[in-house]
Amino acid sequence: MIDAAPNGGLFHRLAPRDGATIAFTIDGAPAQARAGDLLLTAILLNRVALRRFEFGDAARAGFCLMGACQDCWVMLADGRRVRACTTLLEPGMAVVIDGVGRG
Amino acid sequence: MEWVVAEAKAVVIGAGPAGLRAAEALVRGGLRPVLIDEAERPGGQIYRQPPAGAARAAAQLYGFEAKKAVALHAILPRLADAIDYRPRTLVWNVFGNRLDTLGPEGQGGLAFERLIIASGAMDRVLPFPGWTLPGVFTLGGAQIALKAQGVAIGRRVALVGAGPLLPLVAHQYARAGATIAAVLDVTPLAAKVANAPGMTADAATFAKGLWYTLQNAIAGLTLRFGVRAIRAEGERRVVGLAWRDAAGRAHRVDCDAIGASFGLRSETQLADLAGCAFAFDAVTHQWIPQRDAAGRSSVPGVYLAGDGAGVGGADVAELQGERAALALMQDLRLPIDTGRATTLDRRLARQARFRRALEAAWPYPGHLVDAIADDEIICRCEGVTAATLRATARERDAQEMNRLKAFTRIGMGRCQGRVCGHAAAELLARTLGKDVAAVGRLRGNPPIKPIPVGGLP
Repeated sequence: MIDAAPNGGLFHRLAPRDGATIAFTIDGAPAQARAGDLLLTAILLNRVALRRFEFGDAARAGFCLMGACQDCWVMLADGRRVRACTTLLEPGMAVVIDGVGRG
Repeated sequence: MEWVVAEAKAVVIGAGPAGLRAAEALVRGGLRPVLIDEAERPGGQIYRQPPAGAARAAAQLYGFEAKKAVALHAILPRLADAIDYRPRTLVWNVFGNRLDTLGPEGQGGLAFERLIIASGAMDRVLPFPGWTLPGVFTLGGAQIALKAQGVAIGRRVALVGAGPLLPLVAHQYARAGATIAAVLDVTPLAAKVANAPGMTADAATFAKGLWYTLQNAIAGLTLRFGVRAIRAEGERRVVGLAWRDAAGRAHRVDCDAIGASFGLRSETQLADLAGCAFAFDAVTHQWIPQRDAAGRSSVPGVYLAGDGAGVGGADVAELQGERAALALMQDLRLPIDTGRATTLDRRLARQARFRRALEAAWPYPGHLVDAIADDEIICRCEGVTAATLRATARERDAQEMNRLKAFTRIGMGRCQGRVCGHAAAELLARTLGKDVAAVGRLRGNPPIKPIPVGGLP
């Protein structure tokens, strides 16, 4: 299971952002980020990983952040698969990491 | 169904420094180029623009390079009607004179008479223990997090590198207020001292390098050189970084994120699919598509500019982009400013001297390849280990990279070998006792990045 991060996620926001707050969910749990955040940023501000590794017991959090390594493909509850480092966060996105409803 | 929907006289792929200058020069020459770029906004990775809502002042984002960034970003708005600009569009195949694309409107096809490929570069990756843990990113990735999003990759960040990107990212992180646990250069300090005279061939860049180093020292960051081996610690996420120094002593720091990569590598898949001839560059250990001084590839009508055909940096990319556009127009028998071409050639020759000194100052860190243990994951897409590659090389007579790929799936995952291909070739060569040039390179295959199957013709 991907650990929920009690003290925030892996990423650490340094530049203050005054844009609108955007609500989304991760495995059904409510989460927030800001307008202008990429999906990868939005998830990693709240969690320490983006997805499970398909070939073993491990988690992945992306790697190159420039659309080259393909490490950050994320599942959405609506069936879409998106590359999180090149996809902007949209209101209401429902990210599936461990399954809907599980924290 | 006829797949090709249009034909363009000149197409430029990539809207980084090279592609933007190429498109601008083509417009000046009277052409209306198609400029295709995967990103939302122009600038490439180096001059990447944050998404709307995450904007910050250019000086904040690009430091010394702010003026260059602003000038490049101004090109498309100024020439809007004169360029057919197609952002958010991936070119996923080159087949003869035809491009296959995936953009906001779905799949598309475009035939070209002349093509400039300005595909850029990414970090060169070498595996080390713990490199697939959440919290380990490339140095370029660490920089993009800050530049495009205003975030640090962690609360306490360690940085490891083998090139000038290392002191730059350290400086940018420190200036943005990040806590930095360690800055480790895996190449020796002596190489930088010895090549300092050569690096002054580009005095401004050399001065900037000194300034970053000085600022890092003032910020209390000690760069350690000649680091022999590194290890990311942690079970489910990074909790520390351990390393051995040049004298073999063990060190360790607590950290929750690591930015680590070892130089840059050209993004060459499209040049490969276009049929361009490649040659091995023994200094950077890379197969590079060949181009003449003006940017002509071995394929008539196909031109190469910027880091995608040998890493030269952003300033060189701007010059090469413009030069390739002039070559393209010369080949179309269009009038060009020959004085300008001569000026560009002279500047590029001076930059080549600087680049040679730079490469010698950060030599190839082969000791990291020698240190790769059998249980190390080499392919992060599918979890192929060094042991599998070594055993396959020995027992199944895999004498070159495409044989190794067929047996092990190395290079067949989602990244198509961008991340693993380099290390796999080095491992194969060492296992066989061959020169790395002798094991060849992974052939490019379409689609060069994942695309949805739905919507294909």
